[in-house]
Amino acid sequence: MTKVAIVVFPGTNREKDMQDAFAAFGVKAVFVSHTETALPAGLDLLVFPGGFSYGDYLRCGAIAARAPIIRAAKEYAKKGGKIFGVCNGFQILCEAGFLPGVLTRNVSGRFVCKQVDLVAENIDKNFTAAFKTKETIRIPVAHGEGSYQANDETLRRLSGDGRILLTYQENFNGSRDAIAGVTDEKGAVFGMMPHPENAVLPHHASRDGRKFFESLLGL
Amino acid sequence: MRANILIRLKKGVFDPQGAATLDALKTDGFDGVSDIRIGKLIDVTLTAPSIEAARENLKQMCEKLLANPVMENYEIELVDITEDKS
Repeated sequence: MTKVAIVVFPGTNREKDMQDAFAAFGVKAVFVSHTETALPAGLDLLVFPGGFSYGDYLRCGAIAARAPIIRAAKEYAKKGGKIFGVCNGFQILCEAGFLPGVLTRNVSGRFVCKQVDLVAENIDKNFTAAFKTKETIRIPVAHGEGSYQANDETLRRLSGDGRILLTYQENFNGSRDAIAGVTDEKGAVFGMMPHPENAVLPHHASRDGRKFFESLLGL
Repeated sequence: MRANILIRLKKGVFDPQGAATLDALKTDGFDGVSDIRIGKLIDVTLTAPSIEAARENLKQMCEKLLANPVMENYEIELVDITEDKS
């Protein structure tokens, strides 16, 4: 069975939603504390869930990005381990240097919590294999600082290498190139602002998030 | 004219943001750091009939909104006293 671990920091609050989403596919994901210096042996996927780690002190994700678990995650990534970050998890992956760019305050200045339509721009074998190119995906967002910013050179590279997996159909937060999710150079680390874990279960408003989990688990 | 207002937590007021940042610095290997206190720098552009009037105005802003005098101290520094023509 696929071995999944979810990292929990002080202030993380979406870890249970993430665990429930994996459980819907028969996978029992374990929680790992930010204080750990090693990851579970034989791990297939490391997940950074959403929330407000350390109350967004200094900058979103900045303190979490220096936690002991990050060093272990870097070792794991160096060996090609798969990492998936959602919302605050995406912010942490950017602050820790796994992914380029930074998430800044939404242009509206408001926290936005609603269902949005995404476009599957590029299909990645590790993270979005269950989607078709240009497929519309409806899942929720819930963030105040989700406006993706990077310099021109970085954007050119991301675009040229097909690393922009998701964009917003309507760019409500002011992200450059309407970016909603990007991968690292090796295609082993993926971060996205919207919450696929909240579009999986029967009581969720949408079930479009299921395909992310099918992709992650290779189903 | 322009002023910089520096707002700091008073001595003894717990600063969880500073404490968390101190821990993060230590994890990053900065061992010599013993304390971190995080404040705010507010850059204000304003017009006023005189420097004295500007100072008084800024002081009122600090007392009424920009700082909470119960737990914060503030310092006002006029950085540019030329009149703003815009």
